[in-house]
Amino acid sequence: MNKLKSKKLRGLLLGAGFVAIAAFVFTGCPTQQNMLDRGDAAQKVYVAPGEHDEYYGFFSGGYSGQLSVWGLPSSRLLKVIPVFSQDPETGYGYSEETKPLFQTSYGFIPWDDSHHPHISQTNGDSDGRWIYINANNTPRIARIDLKTFETKEILELPNTGGNHASSFVTSNSEYVIGGTRFSIPYEQDLDVPIESYSDEFRGALTFIALDSETGQMDLEFQIVVPPYNYDLGRAGKGPSSDWVFFTTYNTEEAHTMLEVNASRNDKDFIAAVNWKKAAELVRNGHGKQMPGEYYHNYYPTNQGYAVSEVKNGVTVLDTRDIDEDFIYYLPTPKSPHGVDIDPTGEYIVGGGKLATVIPVHSFSNMIEAINNGRIVERIDGIPVLDYDATIIGEVENPGLGPLHTEFDGRGYAYTSVYISSEIVKWSLDTFEVVDRIDSYYSIGHLMITAGDNVNPDARYMVGLTKTAKDRYLPTGPKQNHPAQLYDISGDRMQLLLDFPTIGEPHYAQSIRADKIKPNVAQIYEMEDNDHPYAITRINENRVERNGNVVRVFMGATRSHFRPDNIEGIKLGDTVYIHLTNMEQEWDVVHGIAIKGMDNAEILVAPGQTKTIKWTPKRTGIYPFYCTAFCSALHQEMQGYIRVSAANSDVALTWKTGTN
Amino acid sequence: MKFITNIISIALLLFVLQACGGESADQSASNSNETQEQGLSAFELEHGIGPVSERLAVDAELDEEMINRGRNIYEMKCEMCHNMEGRMVGPALGDVMERRSPEFVMNMILNPGGMARNHPEGQKMLQEYMTVMPFQNVKEDEARDIVEFLRQQAENN
Repeated sequence: MNKLKSKKLRGLLLGAGFVAIAAFVFTGCPTQQNMLDRGDAAQKVYVAPGEHDEYYGFFSGGYSGQLSVWGLPSSRLLKVIPVFSQDPETGYGYSEETKPLFQTSYGFIPWDDSHHPHISQTNGDSDGRWIYINANNTPRIARIDLKTFETKEILELPNTGGNHASSFVTSNSEYVIGGTRFSIPYEQDLDVPIESYSDEFRGALTFIALDSETGQMDLEFQIVVPPYNYDLGRAGKGPSSDWVFFTTYNTEEAHTMLEVNASRNDKDFIAAVNWKKAAELVRNGHGKQMPGEYYHNYYPTNQGYAVSEVKNGVTVLDTRDIDEDFIYYLPTPKSPHGVDIDPTGEYIVGGGKLATVIPVHSFSNMIEAINNGRIVERIDGIPVLDYDATIIGEVENPGLGPLHTEFDGRGYAYTSVYISSEIVKWSLDTFEVVDRIDSYYSIGHLMITAGDNVNPDARYMVGLTKTAKDRYLPTGPKQNHPAQLYDISGDRMQLLLDFPTIGEPHYAQSIRADKIKPNVAQIYEMEDNDHPYAITRINENRVERNGNVVRVFMGATRSHFRPDNIEGIKLGDTVYIHLTNMEQEWDVVHGIAIKGMDNAEILVAPGQTKTIKWTPKRTGIYPFYCTAFCSALHQEMQGYIRVSAANSDVALTWKTGTN
Repeated sequence: MKFITNIISIALLLFVLQACGGESADQSASNSNETQEQGLSAFELEHGIGPVSERLAVDAELDEEMINRGRNIYEMKCEMCHNMEGRMVGPALGDVMERRSPEFVMNMILNPGGMARNHPEGQKMLQEYMTVMPFQNVKEDEARDIVEFLRQQAENN
């Protein structure tokens, strides 16, 4: 028996050794990829405890207004970054520092609908410095810093109704684009009959210049265009880098029952904009100033309060006034949704959601058509190019309702197909479908790991679907939106995982983790804390009164607040608690909440200062405590504030311990 | 024969494992330079465990510039938990340089988590003060400056 066992063991050992050496000889070190390809789906998504995923995934939150961060391929949720919606968990949008980010020309807006995250690019490749995301409802674009994973800036877009064709960046992050989904009168406050749509309503395509050092946004110009719905956009790549492309639908100019009335024309357009030429026209004085109030909210310093700058007026290029051509319409069937550019920059793929084919335009054909004057008509001065001159392929049998296309850089495209709920893989050479796989259920966007750039790292694909129905344990009539992870490294697509997400992810982006990981901040360095109400040494803790405004300069360390006993607050006072986390250790977070406070808690990261506003409504003793479990003595991290009547003579005092 | 095949098998496996195993070497390194050693050397027992692993040349005479820099860092990063006289969250530091070596104090500042886990003195302090001293993102030369400031405090005691 023993002999048999040892023989077996020896055989196994020898076998394992030979397999290992063979693998080593044939393929070099067994990379994670090779090892995974031999395993089943579970092994492919397994990332052992303590180990890190290879990719960051950034999924838009849709109607949550936020941006969720995932590790891929494990599909573990890493974080939800609050962007356009208030977040009581962190105090984002409740703290005094972050409130100005929510200011718009319509006032303080606590919610929005975030759609298309896009990572900043260098030489056509995602560089992992910032990620931009659009707000669809009250048109805005936000910038999130990928050092701290925090929203740092929000810019409002004037003259826009539904900023849907956004927030895609050009290949060297020269611009981030916006586009109006709902055309509106260009002067936003214009009070006109809706029936005047074709006369008074216009579309706006927005070009926002990005600072190459800080990523900060500056609305440079808008292009005023016919009143269609501008749906999605994409920047060109390589030879087409100087261009951006927008889809349009509703060339019928309907303003009611669009479901029927905007679906009549056989073809709508992809608008191709030469942004370099447009910018040059602006520089040479071809733009005109139009009214348009908008807010630009950002942090002027390292820490402290965001500021809201109110701007008025925007430079506009109007195709009706300018003789030179810088924008062209490419007829595209039929109510196209997505417009996607392949890694070589040559193929412009339209997702004709009502079309029976996937139309593929050629960029070089387009340039040739422009040079040869293959113009079939002009609309408001915009040349419409001959469909036969720009089209290079029509993918047959793509399924019902093709929407969006991504590319693997190996000559294949993957198109999401909504109505037939599938993804079709097709060849950019033959324009024939080579593989198809089901979605669960009704897919919108799809995303390829480290995709939408000149050099996609196409290992995995994520399908972002609209309904879960029976896929998970049921959680009521409304379920969370799902996503599916596919392996696309082989000839056939393989479903690996199906998982619920946050909000309703529309688009998502992914990037190799090593492009972000080394730059991620672990603390806010105390030495760099320039918050006007920070304390950077504990003996600066104090309470100051100025009329009815009381400011508490408070420090937090495991596990106490200083000061933690405060008296002399009176009814009618507005109290600001400026809490500085004086720790310098990664991920040691303190928070504060006061009984009866009509506000959210604030969470304060190491070395950070955050402010909460509190207006006590009743006299009495108010306990406050640390909301983040910070140490074994966390339960001891508490204090008391005494609130007295408005006319009381209780002196303003504060203390901690025996000091 | 058995022996030889065993050896070959193991050697093959080892070869591949060795050739390809270097990826995760630095994954357990943390920002606080914590160490995992259990058996401590005589130096470590007396001077602590952490980045300072040999005796430093410490002048008998105090350096004014170092004291000023050290005071600045101390006020920013240490004072919320320590008094010069009397225990607070952590022990009193007015006389710490009379009780501990400069190397010990520096290792305590630079590797507080490792000291609490793996050093008998660190473990003793954790028992007494019930909280692990946080790493406050202090650089090695800054820890030396703090030592100079604390030496001055000890002299004034």
